[in-house]
Formats: sequence, structure tokens, C-alpha cells
Amino acid sequence: MPNQSTTQSVQAIRTMIVRHKRWDIIFSIVGLFAMLGGLLTLVALIVGMAIDGLPRISWNFFTSFPSRHADKAGILSAWVGTTLVMMVTVLSAVPLGVAAGIYLEEYASKNWMTDLIEINVTNLAGVPSIVYGLLALGLFVYQLDFGQSVLTAGLTLAILILPIVIVATREAVRSIPGTIREGAFALGATKWQTVSQHVLPYSTAGILTGVIIALSRAIGETAPLITIGALTYIAFLPDSPFKGEFPYVSFDWLSSAFTVMPIQMFNWVSRPQEAFHYNAAAAGLVLIVMTLIMNALAIYIRYHFRKRIKW
Amino acid sequence: MSENITANAMGLLKSEAKSLNFYYGEYQALKNINLAVAEKRITALIGPSGCGKSTFLRCFNRMHDLYPGNRYDGEIMLYPDDVNILHAKIDPIEVRMRIGMVFQKPNPFPKTVYENVAYGLRVRGISNRRKLDEKVEKALRGAALWNEVKDRLTSLAFNLSGGQQQRLCIARALATDPEMMLFDEPTSALDPIATASIEELIAQLKEQVTILIVTHNMQQAARVSDYTAFMHMGEVVEFSDTNTIFTNPAQKRTEDYITGRYG
Repeated sequence: MPNQSTTQSVQAIRTMIVRHKRWDIIFSIVGLFAMLGGLLTLVALIVGMAIDGLPRISWNFFTSFPSRHADKAGILSAWVGTTLVMMVTVLSAVPLGVAAGIYLEEYASKNWMTDLIEINVTNLAGVPSIVYGLLALGLFVYQLDFGQSVLTAGLTLAILILPIVIVATREAVRSIPGTIREGAFALGATKWQTVSQHVLPYSTAGILTGVIIALSRAIGETAPLITIGALTYIAFLPDSPFKGEFPYVSFDWLSSAFTVMPIQMFNWVSRPQEAFHYNAAAAGLVLIVMTLIMNALAIYIRYHFRKRIKW
Repeated sequence: MSENITANAMGLLKSEAKSLNFYYGEYQALKNINLAVAEKRITALIGPSGCGKSTFLRCFNRMHDLYPGNRYDGEIMLYPDDVNILHAKIDPIEVRMRIGMVFQKPNPFPKTVYENVAYGLRVRGISNRRKLDEKVEKALRGAALWNEVKDRLTSLAFNLSGGQQQRLCIARALATDPEMMLFDEPTSALDPIATASIEELIAQLKEQVTILIVTHNMQQAARVSDYTAFMHMGEVVEFSDTNTIFTNPAQKRTEDYITGRYG
């Protein structure tokens, strides 16, 4: 049987807890509104675009070139252009970025030089994309004479995402425990054996995730590609990379003129006729789905590779 | 330290540290260490945390070379070929191929059981499947793990228990027939039953390989080792046969540590 004073102090504790908990309630309401504000805007955007664009999406929309007639216009040259440009971007940014990240993390000696490089690489990831467009215009178009081509566009986006790939690689490599490296070294492995047979395979999931997030950014870029001179109206496809006769592959497509999805959208949105705006919405929808598919792929890869690795 | 056992009294030596100093940058972690490691015997290094016993152990396979700013001074001789493994002209990879190591926490690679054991052999360029099979089985038998894993060689090493993982790491080191094995507190992350099986295994291994083991479990040193060195503040305070160290230590500091007055 508790005595009088214990009962009183328990009562006091309870009052105090109720008073303190008021802030929990207040914040949970504020937080809910903050969350809804962000989420609902996004949902409204996507739903609005879907309402406008969905009726336009059909097989013909994907297989038609742009046209003066809104109802006949399609995104064939845009999605083919985007696919080819992204291929160049992946093939150049991934090997370069992964190699640079691994070098910085595993090989380079740690001194003020590598610190300086690290700071600069991180900062490069935040440079506005139009600046990369200017750089590419000077370097790839004028100096190296690659023309206003798929190759130039792919390389431009590659240098744009290179810092992201480098940072993602470094973080993935850094997350491998030192004991695993020591385990390999203790068996007489060289640095290259340790990196290529342990560090790189075990950090694949992290690197791929970073790569795909970088590509999701690149696929929506417009400004740098307009800067290097992407076309806004194009009614032919680049030369096919695959051929029926020997040597079966061709690289002529690299020097072809091109357009990409966001530029096609931009072109349609800036027309006065409303019918073209529906085309832009439909193209936007396709672009969002392309990005979502890439993100889904990133999540799948992360899950698939990580389920067999626990440190 | 005239009480220390002399190399002559220990029979055949496998290795010997002579006037060894070691520095982490400016900080001197090991001070003038002289210690002989007897061939096919177990030598234990005991002492309180931070006394330098792991630092000393990691000199034997040049692990310190992996990190910048570390410096050795003095010699660690490896016999019978009389080579100073700390010499700048000796490639640390060569040393690590001759001297294996088992770490404090089991550190299997995220590969299959088989590939873990085969890794050291692959590093040495062995890729013949039959030869690998044979060596992997021998190593797993040597580490008293074969019966438990023979049906799951292709399953991931992480699926094994902690004690099995540590025995897998021992098998991985054994597979390449090292001349000497270093154990860095191999049971500190394990439960008592797993600890007992690892201790039993280490005791058996001395028939084929010279063993240097760091432990801060004094009972463990007393149970498994033939010789024991007590280290304190980067120095070897006393080195003798295990029986003498634990029953009749010559130094006050050794006695204090063994009777639990510090550490």
C-alpha cells in the first residue's frame, strides 16, 4: 500500500509527462503537413501530366517522327536519341569514374593533394549543368571537332556525371571493412589482386546504385545539350549500330545529329497550339517512367548484391 | 633481463626478433625487443591492452607496411634461410606467403566456403581443379572443419557460425602450407565452446607449423603455449617457458599481471 507522499509524487511525474508530450503531438501535426505539402505537389504534377498526356500515348506515338500536325507527331527520334546518348554516357563515365574513385581511395597516398582533389571532385558535382555545356562546346565541338553529334552529347553528359560516379565509387569502396583487405593481403595478395578480386566485387552494389542515380540525372538534362547544339526538330534516325553484313557493327551513329526526350518536350511546350502541349505531357510521362525504371533497377541491384554480403 | 630464457636453451629456432623497435609515426610502440620463436612450438604473447603485443605480432608478416608512417628498426630473422624479413629489399608479399595470419574477428571473404580456402592457392597461381580440391579438403581437415562443411562447400562463408568462420580462416591460412602462423587474439570474439575448439585445434597444429599467438586470456596462454612472453609498455618484460612464467615468474610486474593486480 503506497503512502500519501509517493502517490503525490507519482501524480506530479504523470502531469509532467503529459506536458512534455504536448510537443510530440505538435510536431507530429506540423511534420504531417510538411510531408503532405511535398508529396501532394508531386502527385498533382504527375496526375495532371497523366490526364493531359495519357490519351496521346499509343504505339504510333513511339514510332512516329515529330510533325507539324500535333496528332501525327511522335517521339521516335527523341527516345532513340536519348537511348544512344545514354549508351555513350555509360560507356565513358563508368570506366573512367570507377577507375578514378578506386585510384583515389586505394592507391593514391593520402596527402594535401588528394584532399584538394577530393574537395574539387565533390564541388564539381554541384556545378550547374549549363557550365558543362559550355565546356563541351569548346572542347568536343570546336577543339576535337566531334560535331553536334551523339558522341558529343554522350561525352558531355559523361563529364557531368563523372563526379557523382567518382564519389559513389569512393563511398562504396570505403565501406568495405579493412579486415577484409587485411585478410587478402595476409594471404600474399598484391594490391591489384586485393582490389580486383575483393574490393571491387564487394562494392559493385554501391557503385551501380550511384551510377544509376547519376544516369537518372543525366537523362533529364536539357541545358547542356542545347548548348552543344542538339536539334529540336529531327525527322530521321541515326545510322543503326548493328548491320546485317560484316563487320555487323557500325559507329556512324556516333557522328549523327540527334535530339533527346527533354528537348523534344521543350520544343512542344514552346509551341502556341494546345495540342502540342498534350504531346509534351505524354513525352514527360514517358520520361518519368524511364527514370522510374532506372531507379527500380538500382533498388533491385542493391538488394540482389547486398543480400549475400553482411559485414 | 638475464632471467629471460636464452635461445640456446630452446632447441631449433624458427624466427628471432633482434633489437626490434617499431614506430607509428613519432610514437615508439615497441622498444628493443629480443625474442626467439621455437620451431613447431607455440609461443604466446600476453600483456595488458595497449602493451604492443598485436603490434609486435603484425611485424612478422609486415602488416604495418600497408599503412603510411610506420617504421621498423632492427631485425626479425626467419630460419632456416637466415633472412631478415624486415629488410627493405624483402618484399612484404614474399613474407606473407611464408607466414600466415588469423585475425581477431573472423574475416571470411563474402565468397563460398570453398573459395575462401582456395583463395591463397589461387593467389599462388594454382587453378587446377583437382589440385585445389585436394588442398582445400586437406586444409579443412587440418582445421577440424571438414566434417561440418563437406556438404556445404558452395554455400556462403557467412552462413557458418562464428566459431566455424574462425576455423575457416585458419583453414584459409593453412591451405598454403605456411612455415609459421600468427594468431591475433583468435578467440576474443567467440563463445566459450567455440573458444575451446579453437584452442584444441591450435594445440594440434603445432605438429606441422610454428605458432605465435597473442592473447589477453592468461588461462589460454597457460593451456596451449610452450613459451610465453609477458609484454608491458612496448617491452618484453619476461620471456620463459610457460610453466615458469605462470608458476615462478622472475619479475614483479609479471607476477602482478598474472595474479590479476592489473591489466
